[in-house]
Amino acid sequence: MKARTLLCAAACAAVLALAGCGEKSQDLGTSAKLDAPPYDGTGVASFTAPGWKAGDANSWTQELRTRGQYGQNEYTRILNTTANK
Amino acid sequence: MARMKFICDAERCIECNGCVTACKNENEVPWGVNRRRVVTLNDGVPGEKSISVACMHCSDAPCMAVCPVNCFYRTEEGVVLHDKDVCIGCGYCSYACPFGAPQFPSKGTFGVRGKMDKCTFCAGGPEKNGSQAEFEKYGRNRLAEGKLPACAEMCSTKALLAGDGDMVADIFRTRVVARGKGAEVWGWGTAYGNSGTATPPAGGAGTSAPNAQPSGGKS
Repeated sequence: MKARTLLCAAACAAVLALAGCGEKSQDLGTSAKLDAPPYDGTGVASFTAPGWKAGDANSWTQELRTRGQYGQNEYTRILNTTANK
Repeated sequence: MARMKFICDAERCIECNGCVTACKNENEVPWGVNRRRVVTLNDGVPGEKSISVACMHCSDAPCMAVCPVNCFYRTEEGVVLHDKDVCIGCGYCSYACPFGAPQFPSKGTFGVRGKMDKCTFCAGGPEKNGSQAEFEKYGRNRLAEGKLPACAEMCSTKALLAGDGDMVADIFRTRVVARGKGAEVWGWGTAYGNSGTATPPAGGAGTSAPNAQPSGGKS
């Protein structure tokens, strides 16, 4: 009985010792506060571009894509103009 | 989800500094801090080129890796941002960044180095979107307004492209095919990793026109 108790105590001590030696996670984390996603909008209608709905990630992505193409890719306009001639 | 990236077309940049002015104005950046600047390559040599440089929001950002207080985070859209309430202004990120993006405003009478400031891709920071606190610390949150960064939208020759990596790579490729030259994209390989098929042109340190992979290689 005494030997059994000693064995149990030794096992518990071994488990605790091993747990103490366990390696901590070294994943790259961040201490930064959580940030709301941009598709949630700012809630200020006067500065918000029309054409998308706040909270809808797909409509936001589509709006940025459309805006980027319209504002930055003149080849689409050139090709359209050439095609219309 | 879009992966936000910058491309500067060296064939188009006319060194007007419109992007720098747009950024300073939009974000009310203090004196001594330039989130974006125009750099001349091979200055004085015939065929010199200019490019607009800021934080490229790298796929495997070295600033994030070296920050001792982990103040950086990456948004779903691939924008690398940081929390100024956590930043201690140590400057490690400045040494790690291949683009010289981190800036440190001078504070107080003796010009003590303040908290790091850098381009946010006009995405603000970890404060309420569009709030006064966000504006004062990080500048305007144009992404949350459904707009692209002011520097790219203001660029008169559209040399600076910003937006989803897939989209800007497509626009740039169309230009290269149309003009038959100027496929070098300065900083693309460093920031987003080589896309596999891209090889540097002979005699140049740039990376060839990126292919249409939206993730751009790493991460």
